[in-house]
Amino acid sequence: MADVQLKNIKKNYGDVEVLHGIELDIKHGEFVVLVGASGCGKSTLLRLIAGLEDISSGELSIADRVVNNLPPAKRGIAMVFQSYALYPHMSVFKNMSYGLKIAGKSKADIREKVEEAARILHIDHLLDRLPRELSGGQRQRVAIGRAIVRDPNVFLFDEPLSNLDAALRVKTRVEISKLHQELGATIIYVTHDQVEAMTLGDKIVVMNEGRVEQCGSPLELYQHPKTQFVAGFIGSPKMNFMDGRVSAINSEYLDIKLSNGTITQAHVESADLAIGDSVTIGIRPEHMQEGTDAEMVLEGQVTLVEQLGEASFVYMQLDDGAEIIVRASGESTTTIGERIKVCFSPVSAHVFSQSGQAMRRLKAGNVKSHAELARLKAVGAG
Amino acid sequence: MLNQMTIPQKLSIKHGSGKKVMMHGVLMIYTFIALFPIFVIIINAFKTRKAIFKDPLALPTPDTFSMVGFEQVLLRSEFELFFANSMVVTLLSLFFVLLLGAMVAFALTEYKFRGNLFIAILFAMGIMIPIRLGTVSILNLMSNLNLVNTLTALVLVYIAQGLPLAVYILSEFIRQIPKELKEAARCDNVSEYKIFFTIVLPLIRPALATVAVFTMIPIWNDLWFPLILAPGEGNQTITLGVQQFIGQYVTDWNSVLAALTLAIVPVLVLYLIFSRQLIRGLTSGAVK
Ligand SMILES: Nc1ncnc2c1ncn2[C@@H]1O[C@H](COP(=O)(O)OP(=O)(O)O)[C@@H](O)[C@H]1O
Ligand SMILES: [Mg+2]
Repeated sequence: MADVQLKNIKKNYGDVEVLHGIELDIKHGEFVVLVGASGCGKSTLLRLIAGLEDISSGELSIADRVVNNLPPAKRGIAMVFQSYALYPHMSVFKNMSYGLKIAGKSKADIREKVEEAARILHIDHLLDRLPRELSGGQRQRVAIGRAIVRDPNVFLFDEPLSNLDAALRVKTRVEISKLHQELGATIIYVTHDQVEAMTLGDKIVVMNEGRVEQCGSPLELYQHPKTQFVAGFIGSPKMNFMDGRVSAINSEYLDIKLSNGTITQAHVESADLAIGDSVTIGIRPEHMQEGTDAEMVLEGQVTLVEQLGEASFVYMQLDDGAEIIVRASGESTTTIGERIKVCFSPVSAHVFSQSGQAMRRLKAGNVKSHAELARLKAVGAG
Repeated sequence: MLNQMTIPQKLSIKHGSGKKVMMHGVLMIYTFIALFPIFVIIINAFKTRKAIFKDPLALPTPDTFSMVGFEQVLLRSEFELFFANSMVVTLLSLFFVLLLGAMVAFALTEYKFRGNLFIAILFAMGIMIPIRLGTVSILNLMSNLNLVNTLTALVLVYIAQGLPLAVYILSEFIRQIPKELKEAARCDNVSEYKIFFTIVLPLIRPALATVAVFTMIPIWNDLWFPLILAPGEGNQTITLGVQQFIGQYVTDWNSVLAALTLAIVPVLVLYLIFSRQLIRGLTSGAVK
């Protein structure tokens, strides 16, 4: 069982600490995505796990073995680099087989393994080519193939799709997902793209400035972000934030007075909030709609409309200057400059204290992630 | 990626056509000046002694054509021996300069260790200070080691002479190799030696060719150290061997010119081999 455990992992470059005590527990076979803004330490963390950088303090174990001082090759990992890092002067076959050759495998074994991996990745017709004769997507597959043939316990991917064009990125994303099901190996995957994170991960680790901000299933992060940072990071377009003050506290909901005077309700726990405290209320664009059908209504001026077909993003400015985005229906006839009313339900509101901590939402949907659903269904069927 | 660094490409930065003509003009004048003495040597090597003195710039005609110089050189001297000595010294020195130079460059750029900077500075000083300034100490050293009048002495000195520039140029190229390549290899359990020999060396081939050319020519042409360290019979290199035809009172110009003409051939062959590498390196990286 190739569990990966990180206990209080820290990393310094000289006097600068870039990772401040990372705790993570990754189960065998899990697909874990590390996501966060550029420069927050994702690659560094991955390179620590790979053994390409020394761990400054803390304990890293893979498959119940502390590996802090083992070289990369002894950790049972395989890494796919953002730049692919294919050996430019070796053919695809040699690129994929080099590690096996070093490990002293027999020629027949090597050929079988490489061909098998090439077949899975649909690159069997490219084995004699040099990397420079391949397209970006093909190089990407070779890089993954090189990782597969080593039969690692843990795959490490560092932004593997960021050099591909949009269409290929979606396609490869789907394939990596299938590959995970096929191989059943543990995957730790770094990206700065929250869509990639949401679609690929069994578990997402949101990082911010060298700390783990929150770790959980995609839907958990979407529905119950623990901090304002996570709430803003997960979901596209970004969650709308409006400032306000607590004006009444009930057991079921809070009343919050926005800075334009509107009073809105939010179905969240009050925790240690007191009346008069400043808070930030957050509503996702997809939880707002045009009109006045839902309980809470806001009014403002439209500044931009983006029509995507299945939906339109209406950008508007409220009277107190706050900018919000509403995901309106694709048939919306709203135009720039119009004054419109938009509404939302208090159930869908998030509330964050001044320090950015989220209040627990009381009535938010508790939809399970696809992995949990599959597990539950399997139990039910069995 | 790597190969874009090589010198000829830097020149091909786009210019207006006027500038281009000027640049080519200057280069052609330079080529002419550089090749002219060689041209004179070669045409005169095939002329009679009289014709050489009468009109040194004339091409050999049926009247003035003569191979006497070549006959002298090949029959009456130990030319083959000189030639073999030069070959051995040049090739051995070249081999070690390239191998050790690349190893030093790799170590200095890849690993952090105490004294890294100090060693790098020593090599930089080696570029600035001509090795001939140390001739007396070198001679002392060689005589203490009982190496005077051996080719080994020459090879050792030439390695020392060629290393600093080789380390400097190769370091620049090795620095261009993406670190992910080496890291990927480390994940593949490739040893550091194997990384050097199977990944780094093949990728800096164009740079090795450049360094080879820079290193080879001064060694082949050197007269100073052969004269001082290995002047004895049997160890003379070609440049030294030719001197026997240059006398205080009479110089056998036919033989001198013929020997020099023959001496050009091997460097030319080596140069062609290396420059093929250079060009192959340039074009292989160019297409993305
Ligand atoms: N070799 C290094 N030396 C010094 N600082 C580094 C080094 N590598 C990364 N850093 C710093 O560590 C931080 C995290 O970098 P990185 O892990 O590459 O971020 P990410 O992959 O999330 O974009 C950055 O602030 C970066 O400047
Ligand atoms: Mg990164």
